[in-house]
Amino acid sequence: MTPLLEVSGLRTHFTSFGGTRIVKAVDGISFTLNEGETLGLIGESGCGKTTTCLSIVGLLPTAARIAGGRITFGGQELTEKTSREMRRIRGRSIAMILQDPMASLNPLFSIYRQVAEPAYYHQAMRGRTLRRRVQDLLAAVRIPSPAQRMRDYPHQMSGGMRQRIVGAIALAGGPKLIIADEPTTNLDVTIQAQYLDLLKDIQRDTGVAIIFVTHNLGIVARMCDRMAVMYAGKIVEHGSVRNLFNGARHPYTRALLGSITRLGSKEPLYAIPGQPPNLARLPSGCAFHPRCPDAVPRCSTEEPPEEGFDDGWTVSCWRAAAEPARKEYDRTSA
Amino acid sequence: MGQFIVRRTLYAIATLFILSLTIFLVVRLTGDPVTLLAEPGAQEEDLAVIRKDWGLDRPLPVQYAAFVKNVLTGELGQSFNYEMPVSTLYFQRLPNSLELALAATLISFLIGIPTGIISAVRVNSVWDHVGKTVALLGLSVPGFWLGLVMILIFSVWLGWLPTSGQGGWRNLIMPAVALGWYFAASLLRLTRSSMLEVLRSEYIKLARLKGLPAFAVIAVHAFKNALIPVLTLAGINLVIMLNAAVIIEVIFAWPGIGRLLYEGIFQRDFPLVQGIVMEAGVMIVVINLLVDILYAYIDPRIRLTR
Ligand SMILES: Nc1ncnc2c1ncn2[C@@H]1O[C@H](COP(=O)(O)OP(=O)(O)OP(=O)(O)O)[C@@H](O)[C@H]1O
Ligand code: SF4
Ligand SMILES: [Mg+2]
Repeated sequence: MTPLLEVSGLRTHFTSFGGTRIVKAVDGISFTLNEGETLGLIGESGCGKTTTCLSIVGLLPTAARIAGGRITFGGQELTEKTSREMRRIRGRSIAMILQDPMASLNPLFSIYRQVAEPAYYHQAMRGRTLRRRVQDLLAAVRIPSPAQRMRDYPHQMSGGMRQRIVGAIALAGGPKLIIADEPTTNLDVTIQAQYLDLLKDIQRDTGVAIIFVTHNLGIVARMCDRMAVMYAGKIVEHGSVRNLFNGARHPYTRALLGSITRLGSKEPLYAIPGQPPNLARLPSGCAFHPRCPDAVPRCSTEEPPEEGFDDGWTVSCWRAAAEPARKEYDRTSA
Repeated sequence: MGQFIVRRTLYAIATLFILSLTIFLVVRLTGDPVTLLAEPGAQEEDLAVIRKDWGLDRPLPVQYAAFVKNVLTGELGQSFNYEMPVSTLYFQRLPNSLELALAATLISFLIGIPTGIISAVRVNSVWDHVGKTVALLGLSVPGFWLGLVMILIFSVWLGWLPTSGQGGWRNLIMPAVALGWYFAASLLRLTRSSMLEVLRSEYIKLARLKGLPAFAVIAVHAFKNALIPVLTLAGINLVIMLNAAVIIEVIFAWPGIGRLLYEGIFQRDFPLVQGIVMEAGVMIVVINLLVDILYAYIDPRIRLTR
């Protein structure tokens, strides 16, 4: 089966100070996603998760550009699309849910108008059909009495409701892929759990694939089939959630699992000793080596290659090949 | 909404009270108007008669009370020089000023808003630099200088446009450009910064994620939000251009309120100056109220909470 989405060797760079400084926010990452599957993308703040997502939807900030690699979606090469073609893809087959539900909706337009827009522009729906469609979408994300609520404005709704409306907007084009960039970070715990259940139900009903970006490994365990761990613009370990939770091969993944937070915790992953790397001045060799408890001398000079194991499991670490997968993050063995 | 209007009205009254006191004292600092009439042989007694005539011999609090009374009746007192009610003079000139101010507002909108939007949408592009240059020129080149240059080019050298007076659009165009020039620049800057802020917002990102055409994202989603601060400035600009286009009206001999104010100041015609300033103050208060109501129309958050 050909995958729905195939990202290979993607590199996205930020250029600043007139091209004198380059930040390799995404530095040669590869992964695939099948129809109906959920991939968790995790890593500390600033490791390039959002940049990866925006590269896929073609909405990078002006300072950023794709410097290499391919993004193949449903057999089409997205990196070669014009902005007009990308616009059509965004309205229909790829949707993205942003982090902040309070800020994602335009305060000056009614819910109806904002949910209706994709169908209005992309499917040329009008009048009663359009109203019907908006009601159905709102019902699908469990907004009570949608016919009334759709006349409201965003400020009349709670954060959880707004995020569900953003979900309805994502569903509007009938997408094959939804990218959710930390969609629940700003919601409180019970609302978070409800929202995750809702996404799961939608996925079951529509068969949509999801890329779920999060800081929270509890959410990954609950939501995802596979996970990709990013560090400093690279995917350092990628495999099935079950395998990785049973015993990760990369020391960084083990560190993350060692600092696992409750579902609903708003704390970022700072439990790992040392500073997250500065992408403008990366350490030589393996970028994780200054913080790695398992580092060996060659780690600071040579970059580890990606190695493949069974089950599509890949790891970039000098010691991964030599050692079996381990569960514990050992703070003393450095 | 009712409570809101009551509160706004109380603020307005307090503001106008402070304004009246300030202008009352400031005009009296400019000197004794009667001495302007003093010819070499004038007798002190004659001057005293005039002073008494104009009510300037009374103590200041009494004069102020008379001024307030005149404002409240809407008549604004008798002009010293014209010997007729200030309100009559004011409303005679108002249509002329309105013509000029509306033309200047139109010009400042046509230049300021589209250029501001383009500058914001294409930050650091050639367009943005053009916009920044226009803004810089607008804020640094005085309108009267621009007016004089235009007279030199279009009237003196080319002979296309009349130098002064009021009539058709040919009389209107140069003073309107000279007057609208500064406000075009200030609108441009405000539109640009307001648009930039809105364009960075999450809801604009979401609008793009929906795959909306660029026009819908910028002209509908972004501009409506960016418009709110722009409206306030436009309202205040209109009042200023209406009442205080002094230099431009003098240069182009435009028979408007600005020139009336100019004469009033030079001849120390206290009631005239006070009256025009109070009219401008009332207008600012009213325009601000209208803008607030307009906000409520644009912004549902205001509409429903007040
Ligand atoms: N406009 C920009 N100009 C220059 N560098 C940028 C810009 N935006 C992001 N970056 C850099 O790109 C890197 C990746 O940012 P990105 O937002 O993708 O991280 P993230 O993994 O999504 O982090 P978070 O968890 O905080 O959302 C950051 O380290 C940041 O320094
Ligand atoms: S390559 Fe070396 S430094 Fe990097 S994670 Fe593996 S052991 Fe640690
Ligand atoms: Mg992010």
